[in-house]
Amino acid sequence: MTPGPESPSCRLEAVDLTCERGDRRLFAGLGFALNPGEALIVEGANGAGKTTLLRTLCGLSRPVAGSVRWCGEDIHAIRPEFNAALNYVGHQPGIKADLTPLENLRVDLALHGLARGDLMDILDRVGLYGFEDVPCRTLSAGQRRRVALARLLAVPARLWILDEPFTAIDRDGVGMLCEAIDAHLAAGGLAVLTSHQAVELAHGRVGRLTLGRAA
Amino acid sequence: MWVWFHKLGSPRHFYRISGRLLPWLTALAVGLLAVGLAWGLVFSPPDYQQGETVRIMYIHVPAAVMSMVVYAVMAAAGFVYLVWRIKLADLVAAASAPVGAWFTVLALVTGSLWGKPMWGTWWAWDARLTAELILLFLYLGYMALYNAIEDRRSAGRAAAVLALVGVVNLPIIHYSVEWWYTLHQGPTTRGMRIAGTVHPDMRYPLLTMMLAFGVYYAAVLLKRTRCLVLETERDSAWVRELVKTT
Amino acid sequence: MWRAMVSVVKRDLLLAVRHRSELVNPLLFFLIVVSLFPLSLEPDPRMLATIGGGVIWVAALLAGMLALDAMFRPDFEDGTLEQLVLSPQPVAALALAKVFAHWLVSGLPLMLMAPLLGVLMNLPGEAMLALLATLAVGTPVISLVGAIGVALTVGLRRSGVLLSLLVLPLYIPVLIFGAAAAGDAAAGQSIAGPVLFIGAMLVLALTLAPLAIGAALRISLE
Repeated sequence: MTPGPESPSCRLEAVDLTCERGDRRLFAGLGFALNPGEALIVEGANGAGKTTLLRTLCGLSRPVAGSVRWCGEDIHAIRPEFNAALNYVGHQPGIKADLTPLENLRVDLALHGLARGDLMDILDRVGLYGFEDVPCRTLSAGQRRRVALARLLAVPARLWILDEPFTAIDRDGVGMLCEAIDAHLAAGGLAVLTSHQAVELAHGRVGRLTLGRAA
Repeated sequence: MWVWFHKLGSPRHFYRISGRLLPWLTALAVGLLAVGLAWGLVFSPPDYQQGETVRIMYIHVPAAVMSMVVYAVMAAAGFVYLVWRIKLADLVAAASAPVGAWFTVLALVTGSLWGKPMWGTWWAWDARLTAELILLFLYLGYMALYNAIEDRRSAGRAAAVLALVGVVNLPIIHYSVEWWYTLHQGPTTRGMRIAGTVHPDMRYPLLTMMLAFGVYYAAVLLKRTRCLVLETERDSAWVRELVKTT
Repeated sequence: MWRAMVSVVKRDLLLAVRHRSELVNPLLFFLIVVSLFPLSLEPDPRMLATIGGGVIWVAALLAGMLALDAMFRPDFEDGTLEQLVLSPQPVAALALAKVFAHWLVSGLPLMLMAPLLGVLMNLPGEAMLALLATLAVGTPVISLVGAIGVALTVGLRRSGVLLSLLVLPLYIPVLIFGAAAAGDAAAGQSIAGPVLFIGAMLVLALTLAPLAIGAALRISLE
């Protein structure tokens, strides 16, 4: 796993972000900077705008005001480069229920322009060894989540944006994911995640951002 | 010029400037309409072939022309909104759609009224009327999409894409309908031809009416856009100030 | 980019094969709609032959409509559409790949089934050929233009009727030329004109529609 082109200045910045959902202002004037090796854990009550923030950070949603910058440039201006550096796991796991984990991951690799990687090894690491050839439909919710997490390991990207990655995952899985994030940060990666659970990361500098209702 | 453009793009300045323009435009529209209607409906000569029926033309033709002009304005505004994200452009497009749809309906109704004495039937599948009908479908689709999407910004952008697709399609639709019409044209039907051969006695009232419809559209557009500006900016300081002072 | 497009086409075809039963439904609809016409008018062979081309084209449009929603909705719901938009590949190219896969499993079968319906409608041989030719160039246009409509409405919970309102008026040129070609051929005339015209529309749609679909998908995902 080589995390993208090496350029130490590649950091993620939120500049004066203002986001709304419908007519409701979720937050305004939000700013932070995330350097290589750092993780940001976004906290806040339901409806505080965690998902909206994450979707804005990865460029799916557009902020009402302000900008998200990657390596100093607006992500919408350098979309192909930014997307190549991005790995996003959203609320929906982004896997096809009628395909097997292996088939799903192959498409993900191809979307990132990669040839076949060592997928069996990765599936083994996320605890799906032996399930690689069954349709994801027959897997449990937690196992499907693990397929999405296998994508994190299969597709090298510097920036991980994870929306509630621990949902439906058992304790072993949480440990495995925390290790993976640690390794990612140690290799100079960046991570932004939301979680209702306490996240224990050994390495890296972990920042916390609490979105308040009234912000 | 560019600075001025940007200034106008801000809702607040638009509101101020349009407020000053609006009374003049309204007066001009009413005046032109009155002159044009009187000239066209009363003082212009009847046609030697169509008789008094030709007077419908003074409403039908400007309405048909405006129905297309408004669609073009809508698409252009949508393009501006998609590319430069000027909020005002979205409001202009949204404000234009119902006006354009009404122009289209007016063109269809007057065309059908004209068709009854000329063709002996309320509806003939004439090329122009058919194209106008399809244009009405496009307007209705645009408004339906705009209303179906809850988030205002997404709605505006989605509708803008649709308007642009429609604008690319309109010439194709027009051409194909013309082609289809000549293919099936019966000997009894005859399109409303108002090319450059119209007699000056008719041309000038017709031009007056066209101008009147154009100014009317401009006035209504300003008025409707102003309403939308107030609605979308209701949380901003200047609107609150405005509401307080009035 | 090529690898990603091929992979998307392969995946969608694989999914289509695993959902075989859903593929048949629009085809059955196509068959039923066409067979309603002789029942509602009269089964006079000569009249059926004159209206047959148009009827089959209208039915093909409607059946194509029914299949459209499946193009992006499942992807929207399971989150794979987000992954598509967030991939480093141009969205327009991936959208084109998806439309192509969709055409292979919906437009192409409709086209292949048309001769059978032509027999039901008593179409003469030349008209049948004309029908096949126009459907061959016309159904991709239908898929491309329809995809814009689906991409615009995929974020809405219910979009069936709205989708038809958006898309059907845009289909009219294809319908006019497609149906006319069948009539021309039956009258012994050349069909080169209509076919070439639909071909021109296909070229236009191939160049512009993917951009519109890409933009629409981004908007729907917001």
